[in-house]
Amino acid sequence: MKLTGEEVERVARLARLRLSPEEQNSLANQLDEILEYMQKLNRLDTSQVPPFTHAVEIVNAFREDKVTNEPNVDALLANAPDKDQTFFRVPKIIE
Amino acid sequence: MNLPALTIDQASAMLRNRELTSRELTEAIFDRIAATDEKIRAYITLCREPALEQAKAADERLRREDHPPLLLGIPIAIKDNFLTRGVRTTCASKILGGFAPPYDATTIKTLRAAGAVFTGKTNLDEFAMGSSVENSAFFPTRNPWNIERVPGGSSGGSAAAVAADQCIAALGTDTGGSIRQPAACCGVVGLKPTYGRVSRFGIIAFASSMDQVGPMTKTVKDCAILLEALAGYDSADSTSVNRVVPRYRHELTDDIKGIRVGIPKEYFVSGMEPEVEGAVRQAVTVLEKSGAVLEEISLPHTEYAIAVYYIIATAEASSNLARYDGMRFGYRARAKDLTETYMLTRDEGFGPEVKRRILLGTYVLSAGYYDAYYLKAQQVRTLIKNDFDAAFERCDAIVTPTAPTTAFKIGEKSEDPLKMYLSDIYTISINLAGLPAISLPCGFDSAGLPIGLQIIGKHFDEPTVLRIAHCYEQSNDWHQRKPNL
Repeated sequence: MKLTGEEVERVARLARLRLSPEEQNSLANQLDEILEYMQKLNRLDTSQVPPFTHAVEIVNAFREDKVTNEPNVDALLANAPDKDQTFFRVPKIIE
Repeated sequence: MNLPALTIDQASAMLRNRELTSRELTEAIFDRIAATDEKIRAYITLCREPALEQAKAADERLRREDHPPLLLGIPIAIKDNFLTRGVRTTCASKILGGFAPPYDATTIKTLRAAGAVFTGKTNLDEFAMGSSVENSAFFPTRNPWNIERVPGGSSGGSAAAVAADQCIAALGTDTGGSIRQPAACCGVVGLKPTYGRVSRFGIIAFASSMDQVGPMTKTVKDCAILLEALAGYDSADSTSVNRVVPRYRHELTDDIKGIRVGIPKEYFVSGMEPEVEGAVRQAVTVLEKSGAVLEEISLPHTEYAIAVYYIIATAEASSNLARYDGMRFGYRARAKDLTETYMLTRDEGFGPEVKRRILLGTYVLSAGYYDAYYLKAQQVRTLIKNDFDAAFERCDAIVTPTAPTTAFKIGEKSEDPLKMYLSDIYTISINLAGLPAISLPCGFDSAGLPIGLQIIGKHFDEPTVLRIAHCYEQSNDWHQRKPNL
């Protein structure tokens, strides 16, 4: 198996990552090497093995639906890259 | 008296006996940081002023309270992936910009209530992805024992700060060895608790099915004290386990007679430095002399652990890191439309290793590859957990090296990601199986670098792990040695 630069580009788009052409090539080689290493898992027959879910048996953690955090608009907006009054300002989403 | 070298146990006794104030101790720690951190660079952010305020409040409580908490007035360093209210939290990434969290992680809230003093936020590999702190977006941290060497990672800043006496104890997180491997590299004690034992709420998520918070300390007893404060149920963490917290420090006896210690034959294979193997085998002999019963055990799927881990951890990371989109907090790049904004923000905000792991994780989860990689890895993860279940039928704890080598040179492995991943070989399976494990010093190599011993326990059996570790620690003075800074 050989991972191509185009394939890396496709995955990068899925992950919303822009890569330079140099990055695409070096990452294609590195990922290829890592994925090659992972092929060793195919030596194991796992057809009868259930996939892992939890390390420790736990049941769903339900709790009452009640507000515990104080709403604090200023504190939440303090980290916003862009804001307008009490809103986050973001690039246009619908053309 | 050399105040920064004190342990929690010693400092706490002195504080309660009025032989020392938290202010004196905190000032001594900041003097020590000022004298040494230019060289080591363990801290990203120092919190001197708030720490002195906390120390003052602690001194008042110490005068007032009859039974003050053990951590009252104790200076503790925090890895910079814990949310700390109002204090810049970076995760050693540019993408968080000047992020100052509006709330505390549960563990931080707990330590605040116990009156701990927070010295600052320590360096790590960006998003805790790495084994050397070389992946920090800001600067590498250096090993106090030899500044040409890495401190291990990803909690390398915390490990170095403890080793250099720049704090009394520290907090770390461990997803594949990130507490234990740096503890080994820096000659300190580090414990990764059972998955679910300590709240993950407010820890910046990397791989949620494996992330755990744990103590990094100068002695095993301190590790027990800090764990006792951190452990407990948290309704804000859906995988937190509601189970009584033992009084760990009372479990530390010198008696390990009859405890069955398993030695996995698969862990003593090629790739381990002979001096590491020698020190670990010597430690095993000491345990045997103390009354432990040795059992050779087998963990047959060990060789698959790294492949499994780097599929599952990257898959979870690619999902967890999708939140860094530049919209509500952190860095945002300027671009012509929304998609470009996402792509540029993430391109400029994330470093190479984080991008590599996001891509790998996106790839193994993408259409057509899910069954071949992700599902396959989860099946093999079951086999790895079954290996431990079977082994624990025959023993009460498992003893191994923490890492195959001592601290490597800065730059030695940074060009080869796969080679770097292999340094996690002895720690990763434990996260996959959700088990508790400690690393503590078991000697030095001929270059004067510390060697770590790992002790693995059954789920929630931190008491046995700590007891064996404490018993071993009593037999030597490795933990008392200090780097020459």
